[in-house]
Amino acid sequence: MKKTVTTTLVLASLALGAGFAQAQTGLLPQIKARGVVTCGTSPGLAGFAMPDAQGNYTGIDVDLCRALAAAIFNDPQKVKFVPLSSKDRFTALQAGEVDLLSRTTTWTLSRDTSLGLNFAGINYFDGQGFMVHKKLGIDSALKLAGASVCVAQGTTTELNLADFFRANKMKYEVVAFSGGDETIKAYESGRCDAFTTDSSGLYAERLKLQVPADHIVLPEIISKEPLGPVVRHGDDNWLDIVKWTHNAMLNAEELGITKANIDEMLKSENPEIKRFVGTEGKFGEPMGLSNDWAYRIVKLVGNYGEVFEKNVGAGSPLKIARGQNALWTKGGLQYAPPIR
Amino acid sequence: MSTIPTETVQPGKASLLYDPKIRGYVYQLALLAVVGFLLYSAASNAITNLRAQKIASGFGFWHNAAGFDVNQKLIPFSASGSTYGQAFYVGLLNTLLVASIGIVLSTFLGFFVGVARLSSNWVLSKLAMIYVEVIRNLPLLLQLFFWYNAVLKPLPNPRQSIELPAGALLNNRGLYLPDPQLGPGGSLIVWTFLIGIVATIIFRAWARKQQEATGKQYPVGWIALGLIVVLPFFVYLVTGRPVSFVYPEIAGFNLRGGIQIFPEFVALLLGLTTYTAGFIAEVVRAGILAVSKGQTEAANALGLRAGPTLKLVVIPQAMRVIIPPLTSNYLNLTKNSSLAVAIGYPDLVQVFTGTVLNQTGQAVEVVAITMAVYLTISLVTSFFMNIYNKRMALVER
Repeated sequence: MKKTVTTTLVLASLALGAGFAQAQTGLLPQIKARGVVTCGTSPGLAGFAMPDAQGNYTGIDVDLCRALAAAIFNDPQKVKFVPLSSKDRFTALQAGEVDLLSRTTTWTLSRDTSLGLNFAGINYFDGQGFMVHKKLGIDSALKLAGASVCVAQGTTTELNLADFFRANKMKYEVVAFSGGDETIKAYESGRCDAFTTDSSGLYAERLKLQVPADHIVLPEIISKEPLGPVVRHGDDNWLDIVKWTHNAMLNAEELGITKANIDEMLKSENPEIKRFVGTEGKFGEPMGLSNDWAYRIVKLVGNYGEVFEKNVGAGSPLKIARGQNALWTKGGLQYAPPIR
Repeated sequence: MSTIPTETVQPGKASLLYDPKIRGYVYQLALLAVVGFLLYSAASNAITNLRAQKIASGFGFWHNAAGFDVNQKLIPFSASGSTYGQAFYVGLLNTLLVASIGIVLSTFLGFFVGVARLSSNWVLSKLAMIYVEVIRNLPLLLQLFFWYNAVLKPLPNPRQSIELPAGALLNNRGLYLPDPQLGPGGSLIVWTFLIGIVATIIFRAWARKQQEATGKQYPVGWIALGLIVVLPFFVYLVTGRPVSFVYPEIAGFNLRGGIQIFPEFVALLLGLTTYTAGFIAEVVRAGILAVSKGQTEAANALGLRAGPTLKLVVIPQAMRVIIPPLTSNYLNLTKNSSLAVAIGYPDLVQVFTGTVLNQTGQAVEVVAITMAVYLTISLVTSFFMNIYNKRMALVER
C-alpha cells in the first residue's frame, strides 16, 4: 500500500514536471507540429459547448477554439475538445493537458495571480442567478431565506452563494455536487428549492428539465461573472494569439465584416478593413501566424455577433438578449482594442 | 565446560563481505538511496516548475478564509470566519462518521447473511444467496445512485412532511428528530449511562472468569440492561425529568429545529452497508465452511444445541479465517465512502479535494494530504484488526 502511494506520487510529480517542461518551449510550434489545438470545454452546456448526436461540439466557447484553429491552420475542424468538469479544469490546464480553457470560466484575481494562469479576454459577460420551482410562488431571491440550494462545487458560484445569503442575513442549506448534471437532477427531484449558477447556465440547464415552463429564473443577479478563455503562464505569444483571436471577432462585428461579405471586403479601400483582412500591413507575422489570420477567422467561423446569435441569441433555443454583451457602440460592454 | 575455544564460533573478518546479513543491509541501503533520490528529484522538479509557472505552493492556504458553506457538519463551520483547515476537519469527520457506522452495520448484516446462507432453512439460504449475488455484481456507484433516488424520490416536500411517532418528521430534505436539550441535572443521566456501560464491560469480564473457574453462569444480559437502561431512567425520574425536546416545525421552505439526518448521508450509508455486507457474508461463509465438520459433530455429541454450537464452537474457530479478509473489506468501505462526491454527501474528498482544491488551486498539497489521510485511516484500521487477529489466533501449547 505504502509503496503504491509513493509510486503514484513519483509518477504524478514526474507527469506534472513533464507538462510544465513542454510549456517552456512555446506552444505555437508544438500546436503546428501536432496539427490540432487541444481545447478544454464544458462537458455539455447548451449554447456554450455541447456535443450533438454526431459528437460535433457547438457553442460560443467552442467557436472561439474553432476561430483559433482557423487562424493557425485555416481549418476550423482542427480542434480536439477535452470536456472538463469545473472541478478538474485548472489542473488539466496547469498540467498541460489542454492548450487553453474555453469553458465559462470566471476571471477572478486569485485565479489570475496564484494559479499560474492568464485570462485572455472576456467573451461573455455573465452574472449569477437563481432558478426556482414556479409552484413555490417566489418572485425574488431575497425571499429565499431558509431555502435549500443546489450548486455545483468547485466554482465561484459556491462562494457567491455564501456571500449573498450572508450579506442579506438569511439562513440557507447548501447541497453541493461534483457535476452539473447531478446538481440539476437533485434540484428537479425536489431535494432543493433553488438551483444557482451563472444566469446563462440557468437558461441552458432549464432546457434539460422535463417541463422547463415549471421553473422560473429570479431577476436578481448576485455577482459579476466575466467569462473568458484561459491559458498557462509563461507563453506570452500564445496568450497574444488567444487574446487577438477574440479581439478580431469583435473588431469584425464593429467593422461590419461578416462571414457572408468578407470576400467583398478584400477589395475594400477602408484602411481599417485592409489591415483586418491582411491586404495592408503585416499583423499576423509577429504572432507567428499568416497575415490573413483575421480573414480566416471571419471567413470560417464568423464575427462575434454572428457567433452569439447562432449559439445563444435569437437564432438558438436559449434566446438570450445581447444585453451587456452588445458592442460598446451599441451600449454594451464588448470592446476590442484596434488592429494597427 | 569453559574450555571450548570461542574463536571457532566467531566468523573471521575476511568473511564480512560474504556475510548475508551485512550484504542484505547494503542492498537495502542502496535501494533506499535510489528511492530517496527519485523522490527528491521528483519533488524538486515539481517545485521548480510550480515556481516557474508562478503557481503558489506551500500550506499557507490552510489558515485562509474558506468562504463557502457545508450542510452536514459535526463541528461548527460557516462561510464567515472558517478556514480551509476547518473545512478539512469537517470533511474528515464526515468520512469517519459514515465509515465507522458503515463498518458496524455491514458487519452485523454481513454475519447475518453469511450464516443465513448456510442455514438449513431453504428459503432463508436462497434469499441470502440472491442478496449476495445481486449486491456483489453491481457497481457501487450505480447502487449509490439507486439508493439516493430511492431514498429521495418517494418522499414529499417539507410542507407535506410525513409525521412519525415522537414528533419526528420525514421529507425529501431528510429525517428530522426532536433535539434533546439537557436541563439542570441532565448531565447526570448521561454520566450514569456511561458509567453503566463501563460497569457492564467490567462485570462481563468478571463473569467470564468466574465461569471459567467455577462453571457458574451469571445473567450478564439482564444486568447489562439494568445498568445501561434502567439505572439512567431511574436517575431521569429522580432528577425531575430534566430533558426537554426541541421539535422540528415547518418554517418557510424547510423545517426549523430538531436534528436533521440528511438523505445524502442515509443513501451513502445504505449503499456502503449493503454493498460491503455482501462481501462480508461471503467471507463469513468461507470462514464457517473452513471449520471441520467434526467440530460440529463433537459439539453435538457433547449435547450442545445448534445455537450454542455455532456461537461457542464454530464461529470462534472461523474467526481466524474471517479476520484478514474482513480487514480488507473495512478498508474498502472506508475508501469507497469517497464515492459520496457523486451524491452530494460532504465527505473528505468532496469538501477538501473538491471545493478546497478548486478554490485554492493547491493540487499537489491537497492531494498529498488526502492520500496521507486515507493511508493513515487504513493503517490504523489494519493495526487494530491485527491486534484482534492475534488474540483470536490459534493458541498452540
